[in-house]
Amino acid sequence: MNFDKELDARGLNCPLPILRAKKALAEVASGQVLKILSTDPGSVKDFAAFAKQTGNELLSTAEAGGEFTFFMKKK
Amino acid sequence: MDTKKMAIIATKGTLDWAYPPFILASTAAALGYETQIFFTFYGLQLVRKDLSVLKVSPLGNPGMPMKMPFGPKWFKSINWNMPNAIQAIIPGYESVATALMKQTIANNGVATIPDLRELCQEAEVKFIACQMTVQLFGFEHSDFIDGLEYGGAATFFEFAGETDICLFI
Repeated sequence: MNFDKELDARGLNCPLPILRAKKALAEVASGQVLKILSTDPGSVKDFAAFAKQTGNELLSTAEAGGEFTFFMKKK
Repeated sequence: MDTKKMAIIATKGTLDWAYPPFILASTAAALGYETQIFFTFYGLQLVRKDLSVLKVSPLGNPGMPMKMPFGPKWFKSINWNMPNAIQAIIPGYESVATALMKQTIANNGVATIPDLRELCQEAEVKFIACQMTVQLFGFEHSDFIDGLEYGGAATFFEFAGETDICLFI
């Protein structure tokens, strides 16, 4: 999937992946896509909840070998 | 849609209990909440310039696992809890427990309290310190970080009365 910015939040724990994502989203334009890498299992539910509450769109969530990849489109 | 609001009263002054108010406030701010924390009684320690005053005590705290943050896995899984009477007579027990806790925090990619506090301030979480407790505990305003407002219960209610979420921690 195409993306405009990548955030490496691997090794970070709650609530840092969300806080970093919020900051990274502030640096892209509306409609652009942020790719997020995380190793925090809690971030799967957290990014879904974050998207739901902020109006940013979670395009996809994937897991491979304990690593999670999210694509989020800025509102 | 109106902006959602959250108010927290932070009353605990230990390293472990410093986490919930700062985690929730920074996350709420990231979710778009207008957020305020009212620091009162021991919670005032969380807005001191010097955060090294924050310690964690396993004494009288049966819920706290005492595990080592280093060594092989079998060693890390040992729980070193011991009777309160013994904990109480070991000099520096609290400081050692605090150092081990800080190492565990770092090992797990959990943010430090200074970092979380700064993230809250960057996200414009409003900090209010209880003026009554400042006096009661003999603190000076110069003991605390910049950007604090000082007020009392009525100041808290002014904002808390309009919130969607209001927590006592």
